[in-house]
Amino acid sequence: MLALMAPGLLFFVVFFYVPMLGNIVAFEDYQPFIGFKDSALVGLANFQELFVDPAFWESVRNTLSFAALQLIFFFPAPLALALLLNSLVSSRVKKFVQSVVYLPHFISWVLVVALFQQVLGGAGLISNFLRDHGLSALDVMTDPSTFPLLITSQVIWKDVGWGMIIYLAALANVDQSLYESAAVDGAGRWRRMWHVTLPAVRGVTIMLLVLRLGDVLSVGFEQFLLQRDAVGARAAEVLDTYVYYHGVVYGDWGVGAAAGLVKGIVGALMIWGANKIAHAFGEQGVYSK
Amino acid sequence: MTFSLPLLKPGPEDARPAWEEEPTRLGKSAKAVVLTVVCAVMILPFLTVLSTSLASREQITAAGGFVLFPTDPTFEAYTTILSGGLVTRAVLVSIGITVVGTTLSLLTTIGLAYALSKRGVPGSKPILLMVLFTLLFAPGMIPMYVLVKELGLRDSYWSLILPGLVNAFNLVVMRAFFMNIPEELYQAARIDGAGDWRILTRIVIPLSKGVIAVVGLFYAVTYWNAFFNAMLYLDDSGKWPIQVVLRSYVVQGKAITGDQLGVTHMAPAQSISMAVVMLALLPILLLFPFLQKYFSKGVLTGAIKG
Repeated sequence: MLALMAPGLLFFVVFFYVPMLGNIVAFEDYQPFIGFKDSALVGLANFQELFVDPAFWESVRNTLSFAALQLIFFFPAPLALALLLNSLVSSRVKKFVQSVVYLPHFISWVLVVALFQQVLGGAGLISNFLRDHGLSALDVMTDPSTFPLLITSQVIWKDVGWGMIIYLAALANVDQSLYESAAVDGAGRWRRMWHVTLPAVRGVTIMLLVLRLGDVLSVGFEQFLLQRDAVGARAAEVLDTYVYYHGVVYGDWGVGAAAGLVKGIVGALMIWGANKIAHAFGEQGVYSK
Repeated sequence: MTFSLPLLKPGPEDARPAWEEEPTRLGKSAKAVVLTVVCAVMILPFLTVLSTSLASREQITAAGGFVLFPTDPTFEAYTTILSGGLVTRAVLVSIGITVVGTTLSLLTTIGLAYALSKRGVPGSKPILLMVLFTLLFAPGMIPMYVLVKELGLRDSYWSLILPGLVNAFNLVVMRAFFMNIPEELYQAARIDGAGDWRILTRIVIPLSKGVIAVVGLFYAVTYWNAFFNAMLYLDDSGKWPIQVVLRSYVVQGKAITGDQLGVTHMAPAQSISMAVVMLALLPILLLFPFLQKYFSKGVLTGAIKG
């Protein structure tokens, strides 16, 4: 038994708990060639530097505004699509649409960005078409002012189908006789949706909403990393890219680690708080009590 | 923990129930339009890429870069990038990482999940809490980078496998599945004198093929799609997996030369770029029917619901 569990256990210790202690870098003037054991401790200096850095606060603002956009536009999309699919009669059409919308979930962000570039980029399909017809080309892939919309539509494109699965499961569990009795009592399709369908997905919606709120500091790292060059740091810097650029790229290791630690701690507290709220609503959350 | 999606099974629900009113013509057409647009938006990018990768030089020049239907399909772009050189090597690296990584991840996950699924294994409760805590707090990019560097794993393929070897969520899913195996089976095996290893290989694994397949597919997709680890830990561009190559030469638009591809005669640059995109996509397309099969079985739905 010990031999069976040892590799997994070793993994969690070495690649989780050791780097957790490695957050000591956030309190050091870390120099890669000296190593973290011998780098000088500087107390909270990295955090002081971090909290007066306008670029850090900009990345916080960007993170929160991207998260807000996702909440408004992405969050309801899977539910809307699930309701639409659920209202169809033909199972073949349902099955076809499901296959199509699930696919983008499984492709990498590099591919998503490449595909968007091929269609929407300055040398892409739509720009070519516009140019051929004497119109000016699109530049949505490089325009900082429309970048929030681009990011949000990429998230919707990639994950609307995936997000839909859990709603479809909840809808499939609705007792069909409820609809019949409602119809017999004279409820039309909208009243049936209001009184039967929506209550059936209420629980799962609240749970997902609370979880999303708890995870508000994570808006997707690779998506921003891949497109930061095209639109500039002011538009695309989020907390995770701040950590990467300030820590690894600019070599300001201590400040980067400090930003990562702040994000980790605030994020963990928020998930924990979100679960408390989920429990208060009588829902399960990520972990049960 | 598993429940199926009846939506996916063709069956009696194909008929509209008697009590349900016939939808209005406007409602019907609105739904048809919305669903058609949604499907077109999802499929169009894939179609453009596939067509352009197969298009001939003349057609690409005539169309100004993109082609929706190749009139005269050619595999020239694929033979160019697969004739040795940069892209071929990147594909082989990605395949190697995916195969080795998925195998090791599955073995490690199964072992720990099995140990944690049994009652009376000493220390299993604190270990489980230790695993669950990783879902709440991530150690952070900088400490991970420092660790990988101090372990001497920089520029090693192990840096693409070891840091993500076990996913706590996959572990929890698998453990939940193992716990649903009836206790009597274990007792019967024990009476017959079977040890943990025999119980695992003869009873638990054969009964859990579905969940092992799902978790394995998830690991495989994650390894294949991994991009940032390679960018962070590999300086040597000769070791790059396909996603990093895709980023440099397609997203960032660096030109690939015939030299790098090991050829003297090149297909049009645009077809080559799109063929690289297709290669990065192909394994996902091949796995997709299996991924979908498990949605319809409801295994994943149960897993997502936790």
